[in-house]
Amino acid sequence: MKDFIIPDRDFGTPAAKSKQMVTLTIDGFDVTVPEGTSIMRAAAEAGIQVPKLCATDSLEAFGSCRLCLVEIEGRNGTPASCTTPVAPGLKVHTQNAKLKQLRRGVMELYISDHPLDCLTCAANGDCELQDMAGAVGLRDVRYEAVETHFRAKNTSGEANPQWLPKDDSNPYFAYDPAKCIVCSRCVRACEEVQGTFALTIEGRGFDSRVSFGAKTDDALASDCVSCGACVQACPTATLTEKSIIEIGTPSHSVITTCAYCGVGCSFKAEMRGDELVRMTPYKHGKANRGHSCVKGRFAYGYASHKDRILNPMIRDSINDPWQEVSWPEAMEFAATKMKGIQAKYGRQSVGVITSSRCTNEEAYLVQKLTRAVFMNNNTDTCARVCHSPTGYGLGQTFGTSAGTQDFDSVEQTDVVVVIGANPTDGHPVFASRLKKRLRKGAKLIVIDPRRIDLVDGPHVKAAHHLPLRPGTNVAVVTALAHVIVTEGLMNEAFIRERCDWDEFQDYAEFVSQPQNSPEATELLTGVKADELRAAARLFATGGNGAIYYGLGVTEHSQGSTTVIGIANLAMLTGNIGRPGVGVNPLRGQNNVQGSCDMGSFPHELPGYRHVKNDAVRSVFEGMWGVTIDNEPGLRIPNMLDAAVEGTFKGLYCQGEDILQSDPDTKHVAAGLAAMECVIVHDLFLNETANYAHVFFPGSSFLEKDGTFTNAERRINRVRKVMAPRNGYADWEVTQLFAQAMGANWTYTHPSQIMDEIAILTPSFAGVSYEKLEEMGSVQWPCNEKAPEGTPLMHIDGFVRGKGKFIRTEYVATDEKTGPRFPLLLTTGRILSQYNVGAQTRRTANVVWHDEDVLEIHPHDAEVRGVKDGDWVRLASRSGDTSLRAKITDRVSPGVVYTTFHHPDTQANVITTDFSDWATNCPEYKVTAVQVSPSNGPTEWQEDYNAQAAHSRRILAAE
Amino acid sequence: MLDSADTTDRISEILEAHSGLEGPLLPILHAVQEAFGHVPQAAVPQIAKALNLSKAEVHGVVTFYHDFREAPAGRHVLKLCRAEACQAMGADRVAGAVKAALGIDWHETTPDGRVTLEPVFCLGLCACGPAAMVDGRLVGRCDEGIVAEVAK
Repeated sequence: MKDFIIPDRDFGTPAAKSKQMVTLTIDGFDVTVPEGTSIMRAAAEAGIQVPKLCATDSLEAFGSCRLCLVEIEGRNGTPASCTTPVAPGLKVHTQNAKLKQLRRGVMELYISDHPLDCLTCAANGDCELQDMAGAVGLRDVRYEAVETHFRAKNTSGEANPQWLPKDDSNPYFAYDPAKCIVCSRCVRACEEVQGTFALTIEGRGFDSRVSFGAKTDDALASDCVSCGACVQACPTATLTEKSIIEIGTPSHSVITTCAYCGVGCSFKAEMRGDELVRMTPYKHGKANRGHSCVKGRFAYGYASHKDRILNPMIRDSINDPWQEVSWPEAMEFAATKMKGIQAKYGRQSVGVITSSRCTNEEAYLVQKLTRAVFMNNNTDTCARVCHSPTGYGLGQTFGTSAGTQDFDSVEQTDVVVVIGANPTDGHPVFASRLKKRLRKGAKLIVIDPRRIDLVDGPHVKAAHHLPLRPGTNVAVVTALAHVIVTEGLMNEAFIRERCDWDEFQDYAEFVSQPQNSPEATELLTGVKADELRAAARLFATGGNGAIYYGLGVTEHSQGSTTVIGIANLAMLTGNIGRPGVGVNPLRGQNNVQGSCDMGSFPHELPGYRHVKNDAVRSVFEGMWGVTIDNEPGLRIPNMLDAAVEGTFKGLYCQGEDILQSDPDTKHVAAGLAAMECVIVHDLFLNETANYAHVFFPGSSFLEKDGTFTNAERRINRVRKVMAPRNGYADWEVTQLFAQAMGANWTYTHPSQIMDEIAILTPSFAGVSYEKLEEMGSVQWPCNEKAPEGTPLMHIDGFVRGKGKFIRTEYVATDEKTGPRFPLLLTTGRILSQYNVGAQTRRTANVVWHDEDVLEIHPHDAEVRGVKDGDWVRLASRSGDTSLRAKITDRVSPGVVYTTFHHPDTQANVITTDFSDWATNCPEYKVTAVQVSPSNGPTEWQEDYNAQAAHSRRILAAE
Repeated sequence: MLDSADTTDRISEILEAHSGLEGPLLPILHAVQEAFGHVPQAAVPQIAKALNLSKAEVHGVVTFYHDFREAPAGRHVLKLCRAEACQAMGADRVAGAVKAALGIDWHETTPDGRVTLEPVFCLGLCACGPAAMVDGRLVGRCDEGIVAEVAK
C-alpha cells in the first residue's frame, strides 16, 4: 500500500477564474494571481497562511470570524483578507504587533465559550480552532464566561438553558452544539455546495445556533440528505463522523474512486492501519470537485458486513446446502463442470456476464474468458438492461457510444433539459453541480412523468415540466423537434457545416408532418401543447443547451429511438462540440461506460468494434493466440431463452444480480434453474446465487487496484487500501478460473491488463497507470491525437464524419393499459439506496428507506379504497407482488411509481419481457398494472422467500 | 384556536395576496403574525414551499427577528427599554418593580394572559428615559406605575 502525498492544502477562498493577472506584495514578497483572488488566497499561494476560521476554499468568503485581518499600506483599518480582493501594487502585511494583538483578542473570545476538553475531543489533532489557538499564541483567556453554550449545568447545578444536547439522529454524523463556534461554514456548504438549504442559523447575537430545518426538526427529520458537505466544512468537532468518534483520527489516506453511481467521484479513503476510518471527497477529483453524496461518503459499511461471504462454496444441486471449500477445490469443481457442459452441449452452451460494478480490467478479463477460453462470444453485461440504447443511438448519430461532455461543462450551460432522469436521487453530486448552475440563472426543462425534486425545490424551479405519460418519450422529443423546425428555430449554419444536409431535409420533412405537432400528440402524451412549444423555444433560443438523460429514456421499447431523437435535438440547435452543451447520458452504475468500452457486448470487441470485422479480430487473435468466433454471441435475454429451451447450460456471472435486476423475474428464475452450472461471483449470496452451483466470493472496491470509467468517459483509478478479505481480488479470481479452464494467463497486476487494453484498443492507446498517476484521471479517447484525453467530443466534426439525422417514428409500446391493467407503472430509485440494494441495504442507509413503496395519485387511490400506508397488491400480466402505498400527487393520475431496491418486493416480478427494438434493453419504465388493497405479501413473495432461505443454507464446517 | 385546515387556508390566502411582491418573506411573516398573533410552526414549510425556499431558511428569518412570535402574546404587550440611556435613568429599577408587580420574568406572560413582558433595546426615546412601549404606544419617563397603565 502506498501513502500518497496529497496537495489539498486549504487556500481559504475559491480560485478566481479571471485571465487578468494582478501583482501585489504580501509581507515583502511579490505575488501574482488572477484578478478577483482574495488576499487570503494570494497569501496562501505564496506560502503564507493567514489565520482563519470561517473561510475554506470550497465556499465563498464570508468574513465573520475576524481572525484573518491584515493591514494594507495606505488603507484604513484592518480588513479581513478573505473578503478583500487583490489589487495591483497593494502592500499587505499579514503579521505585526497590532494584528497579533487583535487576533489573540478574537481568539480569547472564541475560547471563552468553548469547552477545553481537547484531549478527549473527537477532533483532537484535526481541529482548526485548536490550530488557530496555536497560531495566534493564545496563552490565557482573560474573560470569565458567566453564560456559556457548553456547560450543561451552571455552578449551582441548575440546567443551562443555552446548552443543547448532542443530535445523534443521523446514523453517520453527530451534531454537538456545545462545540460550535457559529462560523456558518456548515450552513454555507449546505447551500453553496450541496444546494439543499437544510441548515440555517437560528436566532441572533449570542443566541445564534446552527439549526437543522425548522424548530421541531433534528438532523434526520430535516431536509438534510446526509451528503457530508457540512461535516467536511466544519472546523471543529461540532459536526463529526461517528466513525471518527468511535475509532479516532486516520493516519494516512489513499485516493480512490467511489463504486456507486456513474458520476465517479474521487475520494480519499482515510485509514488507520488497514481499518477504513472514513471516506472524504477528494477536492481535486475532476468529476466531483470535492463534493460527495450519502452513498459514497458514508455507505461503505457493506464491505465489512457480516453477510459477506469470504470462502468459495460449491454444491451439486441448488436444493443442496452450500459447502465451503478451498479456492483450488472451487476452481477445479467449476472448471470440470464447464468443460463437461461444453463437451456435452457444444461450445456455445456457456457464457459470461460482466459487471458494471467491477473494474475495467475485470470486465475485460471476463469477456476475454468467454472469447479466448470458452471460444464463443456469449458475453453480455448489466448495461444491457440500462444504457445499451445509448450506445446504439449515439453511435448511429454521432459515431461514438458515449456522452459528449465533462461534468465541468454544466457550469457554462444556459438551458438544461433533464429527460427521464432524477439526478438528485440517482446522481446526487452531479445534481448539486447542476443546481449550483441553476441558482446562477440557467433555465431548466424537466421531461418526466413524475414531479422530481428538481422541478420545484429550494432555489430551483423548472421553467417547464412536461409530465408525459410513460412510454411516449419519442412522441414528446419529436414534437419538440417539430416546433424547432416549423418555427425556423434550428441552427442552419451548424447543420449545413456539421451534418448531412440531405438527411436533415428528410428528417425536417418528417418532423414537420402535422401528426408530430404538439397539438396532435397532446392526447397521446398528456403534455400540454403550449407548454411543450414554450419549452422547445426556450431550448432552441436560450443559449448553450445541454441535454442530460437517464434510464427513463433508455428502458423503453423505443429507447434507442428516443436517444436518436435527443441527438437530433442537439444537432438541430447546434448544441454539440463546445463547453456548456451536448448530450449526456447519466450512467447508473460506476462502470457502465467502462464495461461497455471493454467489449462486454456479444457483438463487439473492446472499443466498440464488431466481431465480424476480420481486421479487428486478427489484432486480438495475434495478442491472445486464439481464433475468435466471428459470430456475435448471446445477449442476456437470449441466454435465458436458450437456457429454458435447453441449449444454454453454464454461466459465469460476475457482480450482477440478474434475478433481481432483470425484468420478468419468473422467466429469469426459470432460465437459471434450467442451467447445470451457474457460477456467481459476488460479495453476497445475492438473489441469483439462489440458483447457483458455484460461489466465488468477490472483493470490494477497497480491496483491489483497477480503473472505473464514469459517465463523462473519465478513467479514474481505484486503489487498493486493504487486502482482499476473501483472499483474491476479482481479476485474480477470473484469472484462476481461466487457468483452471486451461488458459495460460499470467497477469500479476491490473496495470498489465490495462497495458494490453491500450495496445488493442485505439481509443485507449495512450492510457497507462503511469499516465493516470501523473494526471489523476483521463477522458478517452486518449491516444496520439489526444495524449491528454478528450474532455469534449465532436469539437470540429463528428467522430463518424457528418452528424446523422434519423427519423424517429413513434410506435406505441405493446404494453398497453386496458380494463384489467388500467394503470402504468414506472420504476426508479431513491437517494439513499443503490440499484438492487445489495450494498446500501447493508448499511445504515436503511433509516431513510427500509422498504419499497408504491407512489399512487390520490384520485387513483380513492377509487380503489387505498389509504396512505396500506398494503396493496400490484399486478401485471407477468406477476404480482405486494407493497405499501404512498399517496402523493408527484405522480400523475393513471401512473404509479416504485423503486426496486428490496428483494422482498421484487418489483421486477411485475415488469414484462418487452424490450428495446435495437438493443433488447428491457422496458422497465412502462408496465400496465392494477392496484388493489391487500393484506400483506403475496403467495409468490412467500414462496420466493422460502426458496431463498432454503437455497442460502451453508453447511457447518466439520 | 384554529384547526390545522383553517391555518393552511388562511396562510394560503396570505401567500396569494403577496404573490406579486418582490422580496415577499418579511411582509408575509408580518401578515401571518397579524392574522394569528404569532407565526405558527405549520406556516414555516408552507411559506417555504410557496417561495422556493427551504424550511430552514424561513426558520432562520423568523428566529432572527424577536418580534416574530412562536406563541401568541398576552392581551397586552409591555416592552421596557434596557439600553444604556434608559438604564442611566433607572430602567433596571423600573424593570425589577414591574416584574415583581406582574409576577413574571422577561418574555413571560401573566397566568391570566393579560400581559406579556419583553425587553427591548432602544426605542429611540433616549431623551425621555426610562422608555417603554405599551401595545405599540410609546411611553416616556415611565416608572412602576406603567403596570397600571397597561391594566387600563
